[in-house]
Amino acid sequence: MMPLDLNALVGHTGQNLFYVLTGIGFGFALEQAGFGNARNLAAQFYLKDMRVLKVMFSAIVTAMLLLYWAGALGWVEVERVFVNPTHLWPGILGGFIFGVGFVIGGYCPGTALVSLSTLKLDGLFFVLGLGAGMFVFGETIDGWRAFWDRSGFYGEVTLMQVFGLPAGVVVLAVVLMALGMFFGAEKIEAYFARRDAEGGRR
Amino acid sequence: MTRKQKGYMNPYVAGGFLGVVLFLSFVLFGHGLGASGGVAKIVGVVQDTVAPGRTDGSAYLVDLVRGAGNPLDTWLVYEILGVMIGGFLSGILSGRLRPETFKGPRIGVGTRWAAAFAGGAIAGFGVRLARGCTSSQALSGGAVLSAGSWAFMFSVFGGAYLLAYFVRRLWTEGDAR
Repeated sequence: MMPLDLNALVGHTGQNLFYVLTGIGFGFALEQAGFGNARNLAAQFYLKDMRVLKVMFSAIVTAMLLLYWAGALGWVEVERVFVNPTHLWPGILGGFIFGVGFVIGGYCPGTALVSLSTLKLDGLFFVLGLGAGMFVFGETIDGWRAFWDRSGFYGEVTLMQVFGLPAGVVVLAVVLMALGMFFGAEKIEAYFARRDAEGGRR
Repeated sequence: MTRKQKGYMNPYVAGGFLGVVLFLSFVLFGHGLGASGGVAKIVGVVQDTVAPGRTDGSAYLVDLVRGAGNPLDTWLVYEILGVMIGGFLSGILSGRLRPETFKGPRIGVGTRWAAAFAGGAIAGFGVRLARGCTSSQALSGGAVLSAGSWAFMFSVFGGAYLLAYFVRRLWTEGDAR
């Protein structure tokens, strides 16, 4: 029954091999998507190229639908799949700080690693910066640990619980929201492409 | 206009591919993907190697590196190793494996490196505070419909869009308008 107990099936080393293989698929997908290049990532925030939004939400919708269907068919015990616990305020504040770092530095951690793996020097500097920021966090967090651990802590809470809706309805809502964003993204890109062409700018 | 580089995968196709990888991670391991966690482990191990005495005084560092066994023998590290191999292979196959620096047209290479380091440091602080990055929170937590992960995701876009105007010099062509 899935999720599998890989440690029992193929041993610790075998399991690690599957993690490396999964990482290869992940890194390959990110590089093919154009995310080894900070310009493609930053363009999202200047509305020139909505590649980030398109890839992210296509991935979320694909994985969500596959997991939902596999659960409905009884192939996967969905309740055994990890749900990130909600630490609401550290998540919102950390997300905001991360977003600021994202637009200044041009990468997120996964895409920076991919950029570095194809020898991009700005990716290298971003990864070094990541390490420095994590060091500073580690050196200071013991002083404000209560906020990190307990502020807005709700445990493994899902959108279904928040809105009191069945999973199928939330899944459908996410799909519709993603389709709406894809439609909007295409419109925005077309608008800027037309404006740039008319303005004669390169 | 951004120069269109040839050979990237259609974003919807790349996203679908990424989604299948994420789904396989759910069914193989019972959890999604991760990137920042492996980097955090490596940083913790470096700190513990340089100043082991310091680790003992820090609950955070003890949690990070003083578990059973080698702290680097964790899926987080194996996965980012794979991410680098996968990116490298894709780079070779698509002719994009070469040393270069990606930057906006208005700044020099040195400025770009400094901004990349500073942005990385801010992002590194943020992802630890939020307990995850775009991979583990936004993608993985988003797909399992975790409430906190969705709040995180909107917050990331909020922070980035809010600041984008003020750092436009780093990325845009100019203020013609």
